[in-house]
Amino acid sequence: MSTATDHAAHTDHSHDESHGATDKQYVVIALILAALTAIEVSTYYVDFGPLFMPTLFVLMTVKFVIVVSYFMHLKFDNKLFSYLFYTGLILAIAVYCGALATFKFFLQKG
Amino acid sequence: MADTALAHGADHGAPHTTTGLSNNKLGMWIFLGSECLLFGGLISTYMLYKGRASTGPQPDQIYDIPFTSVSSFVLLMSSLTMVLAVSAAHRKDDRNTNLWLTVTALLGATFVGGQVYEFTAFYREGLGFTTSLFGSSFYTLTGFHGVHVTVGIIMLMALVGMVRKNRIPGSKAETVELIGLYWHFVDIVWIVIFTLVYLIPS
Repeated sequence: MSTATDHAAHTDHSHDESHGATDKQYVVIALILAALTAIEVSTYYVDFGPLFMPTLFVLMTVKFVIVVSYFMHLKFDNKLFSYLFYTGLILAIAVYCGALATFKFFLQKG
Repeated sequence: MADTALAHGADHGAPHTTTGLSNNKLGMWIFLGSECLLFGGLISTYMLYKGRASTGPQPDQIYDIPFTSVSSFVLLMSSLTMVLAVSAAHRKDDRNTNLWLTVTALLGATFVGGQVYEFTAFYREGLGFTTSLFGSSFYTLTGFHGVHVTVGIIMLMALVGMVRKNRIPGSKAETVELIGLYWHFVDIVWIVIFTLVYLIPS
């Protein structure tokens, strides 16, 4: 009995989780992404000085997280999907940062 | 009781797996996680080699940032149309599902067309695949991404045909969502490539 109840509860939960944002919210998110892209492109024309690299990295990360969280529904979906994807992502970043460090990439200037 | 639970689950379209999650979706997320490693390798190889252009043009001499910015915007907007297709599929609205899938494929084709134009322009400016380490790593990275977009377009067009003929086995919404996950992944890879390859000079 409890198994069936748990299953039903889980089913309802999964049902809720599958719903992301509304279509209007998706359009707003896309406009935010477009605005962030415009700021990114502006770094090519405007001198951001020492803020150039941090600005680009922050904008890239924010755009990445927005697409993954909202368009790919990870924010609303089961956490297991997040664990699987971010494990691959973090592993890739760690492995290749290590590989680049081996070649003294981060010590290069200019 | 178990039958009742199963029937209840079937009504709500919940998969009957040990995790309670769709194995197809689980498999797609594992695949996308592994794709991070593939593109991570290609991007880091490019980062390492982009400054090693002893012959041929340098990155900042040939990149056309305004053109690539428009291509990036097109691909970004294709993510919007894709998520609208997924939303329509969840509402069982086949007409709008097909409409948004077709628009997504067209935007993807525009992006690939832009990439072909860019490659042609670079080749004419003297950057061949074997000209320098920069050329090899650039064409390999962006070429792999272009192939992924092309595969996505083929899947989208196949999906449009299958939705139209009602030939999708299992949940239609889930199938559209799985293709959508792949498409969005291609978009997020480009978000990274656009910043690291094009906007950050060598």
